[in-house]
Amino acid sequence: MDSTIALILLQDGIVNGAIYALLGMALVLVFAVTRVIFIPQGEFVAFGALTLAMLVNGRVPGTAYLMPMLGAIVLLLEIGRAIRTGAWAGLLRTAITYVALPLAVLWATMQFAAPDRNLWLNIIVTLILVVPMGPMVYRIVYQPLAEATVLVLLIVSVALHFALMGLALVFFGAEGWRTPPFVSGQVDFGFMTWSSQSLFVVGTCAALIIALWLFFGKTLYGRALRATAVNRRGARLVGISTTMSGTLTFTLAVAIGVVSGMLIAPVTTVYYDTGFLIGLKGFVGAIIGGLVSYPVAAAGALLVGILEAFSSFWASAYKEVIVFTLIIPVLLWRSFGSHHVDDEE
Amino acid sequence: MRKNHVLIALFVVVLAVLPMTTATPEFWITQLNYIGLASLVVLGLVLLTGVGGLTSFGQAAFVGVGAYTTAWLTTQYGVSPWLALVAGLVLTALIAFTLGAITLRLSGHYLPLGTIAWSLSLFYLFGNMEALGKHDGIAGIAPLTFFGWSLSGGRNMYYLIWVLVLLAVWATHNLLDSRPGRAIRALKSGAGMAESMGVNTAAYKIIIFVYAALLACVSGWLYAHMQRAVSPSPFGLNYGIEYLFMAVVGGAGYVWGALLGSAVILILKDQIQNWMPRLFNTDANFELIVFGVMLVLVLQYARDGLWPILSGVFRRLTGGAGSRRHAPAPPEAPALPKRERDAPTEHVLEVDAIRKEFGGLVAVNDISFNVRTGEIVGLIGPNGAGKSTTFNLITGVLPATRGQVRFRGQRIDGLSARAIAKQGVGRTFQHVQLLPGMSVIENVALGAHLRTEVGVAAGALHNDRAREAQLLHEAARQLQRVGLGDYLYEQAGNLALGQQRILEIARALATDPVLLLLDEPAAGLRYKEKQDLARVLSQLREEGMSILLVEHDMDFVMRLTNHLVVMDFGTKLAEGVPADVQRNPAVLEAYLGGIDEDMPGTLPQSATPAAPVAPAHSANATGVA
Repeated sequence: MDSTIALILLQDGIVNGAIYALLGMALVLVFAVTRVIFIPQGEFVAFGALTLAMLVNGRVPGTAYLMPMLGAIVLLLEIGRAIRTGAWAGLLRTAITYVALPLAVLWATMQFAAPDRNLWLNIIVTLILVVPMGPMVYRIVYQPLAEATVLVLLIVSVALHFALMGLALVFFGAEGWRTPPFVSGQVDFGFMTWSSQSLFVVGTCAALIIALWLFFGKTLYGRALRATAVNRRGARLVGISTTMSGTLTFTLAVAIGVVSGMLIAPVTTVYYDTGFLIGLKGFVGAIIGGLVSYPVAAAGALLVGILEAFSSFWASAYKEVIVFTLIIPVLLWRSFGSHHVDDEE
Repeated sequence: MRKNHVLIALFVVVLAVLPMTTATPEFWITQLNYIGLASLVVLGLVLLTGVGGLTSFGQAAFVGVGAYTTAWLTTQYGVSPWLALVAGLVLTALIAFTLGAITLRLSGHYLPLGTIAWSLSLFYLFGNMEALGKHDGIAGIAPLTFFGWSLSGGRNMYYLIWVLVLLAVWATHNLLDSRPGRAIRALKSGAGMAESMGVNTAAYKIIIFVYAALLACVSGWLYAHMQRAVSPSPFGLNYGIEYLFMAVVGGAGYVWGALLGSAVILILKDQIQNWMPRLFNTDANFELIVFGVMLVLVLQYARDGLWPILSGVFRRLTGGAGSRRHAPAPPEAPALPKRERDAPTEHVLEVDAIRKEFGGLVAVNDISFNVRTGEIVGLIGPNGAGKSTTFNLITGVLPATRGQVRFRGQRIDGLSARAIAKQGVGRTFQHVQLLPGMSVIENVALGAHLRTEVGVAAGALHNDRAREAQLLHEAARQLQRVGLGDYLYEQAGNLALGQQRILEIARALATDPVLLLLDEPAAGLRYKEKQDLARVLSQLREEGMSILLVEHDMDFVMRLTNHLVVMDFGTKLAEGVPADVQRNPAVLEAYLGGIDEDMPGTLPQSATPAAPVAPAHSANATGVA
């Protein structure tokens, strides 16, 4: 290996690592606020990438049908709740936001979908189609279990991962897709050249991470989420709704997943089950951060990306083995660094 | 109980007869073989997840280790499959022990995450190693022979599989009903309490992880010789998740739930694969969606799985509540070994200037006192005085900032709660810590954990019955002593709060303590119950037991104790016989409050021997204001 190859590998590693960092941060966020280990994050990466790919090819993506279906389930749950509690107010609003609006979006998507639409418009449509699934999934799957133990929530997450992966196969089929690059061209740094696309990915990730940092540090809702993360009961006592926190967190996490999916789609061929592995690599980064520290999680994810790039050069067949075995020394290190804390709540 | 035995016998007979008649379709046999293989893995998960509260998504990888070990050794080196089984078990135990030792020290969710990562990396390892045939796997594995009898057909294999499944059910059942089993059942919700009873919870966590891995390995070994070929895909993460689904759907806390869950999921999977393509005209993986949705629903609406629902229906049909509530006490058995006791008037516990600081707050300020053998010492003081912190320093729950605690002349500060229990300190908890689902007598038997040595193997093989009888007899004896003899087989969670406190005392007595530490034993008791408790404690004192108790009820304490230590704001206020302490002006002031110290200009009437600790005090004052 010479320095040119090393630099190229480093570039690959940083690009992938930036995406893992973004995902890792979303995972830390979800865990801290709701105690959910959000395994299905990866499915939303795939949903984002593949929905965009379908739109670019002028087809109506299956995810457009999923949103009204999820919305209908939410409406049914709300009707059930209304029957139990006798509080019927607000049902109309639920029906409009969760059923009528998604149906309208579905209709609009059907009108819109055509080849040769502007890529940026397609990106916006993708966001509109997939991001609302975050709060819906929270309402349907996690909210009834909000007080369950971390382990029950984890098993539910894995079940949801199964269901969403199955749906992804139904919607998008077994073949892989790639999307055209957002930006073309090269940037010459003198000692090496970077593709503009790579720079765009790293730049977007960095911008999003800074935006998240500002959101948590400066805004009222960001602070409310931080308060919920520190102490759920305390947050509730000062008037922060844990349901609101959960909904907001899942919206953010799914949005990050979708953006990551769209960022990675021009670089890698994405299949219906690719998202899971990508999400898990974000996880390895998050675990390096102990599921609590954002900067360490981000650094860990960059490390995972770079390690992956180099191991794919030296021992490409064992790339995944190396990346996922990294977790063992990391856990070992963490187990010496931390006192034993029981998981009982 | 009888009816259950009849049902189990019926189940075994049906299982045995099925392959004998040619009327049974070959497909049923194959399906039952797969159900048996899955049941072995899921049984391990029942112990690990349902009972022990630890979750693993990586059991399929252990199945893979068993399958690949035998495939590789028998095809490449012509090793006997039975030797290969031993090799697989040794390898599995090593891997599981290492993984467990690394991840089980961390809090609960790291183990499942670790198993996800480990099963992914093993999957890619199987798929990429030249020696293991890469993604094609290894074919041409010889069928098993059993004393010259070939087990090549599905019907022959069936017997081996189901004999092993039933043996595993029997062993797991036995294990749960033994000394190690009680410790394992305490892991999920009472690990801290169990440590104070001398249970090495970390070791038991590793043991059940290895146990579950070994069952999975046996399943893999059977699979390899049944299929006669192995490839990486059935050992991937998806299958590991499917095993966990089976456990949760069947009822993760129940041994028979493992069989039920495996059967339900596998039959359902087969039906979905049959019907969905006909209905929807696709070959998409619908079982993924159905299983995912089903599991979410099970967790939301029937978190204990299907088995308890089914057995509840059965019980209602037969009318027998299966209650052992009025069963006779366990038979007489030889007494367990007892500790040597000290001569009276020696100091059994010496607390020497212990101090605990939480940041800037001094919760316990250089407290010293002694407990003599055969004495009841009361530690009293208003709320927030630091009594419970002192208690936790003595029992090893919290580390002391400085100072010494000596028990029978030896230092115990810095020791773990478990080591302190081992030396002969029994304790109860301020907030009752019982295993509510276990019977009263089993809860008390957990206290006697350290008094026999029954290992997991002896428990699983029922080789422990004599020692188990000793334990149960001892537990019953302690319960009768404290007046709970009528409730031996009641579920501990059904007792009234006062009775639960008494149960905790019986459990502490079962540890054969020299010193008994009671944290507010009379709280929540009615007057009559308090009198009974006082009688029991006096009787214990006459038998030479030393007791240190923290208590709020002045009347109770004044009548019962030989010696009192009064604390306020972390400092010792007074010490002496109850009658003197009762007249001590500083104590009266602390309890009745006389002066408002928040008012500027008001001087504290300085009867207080030690100055109140400022931070604790001001925190208290602002809290009120």
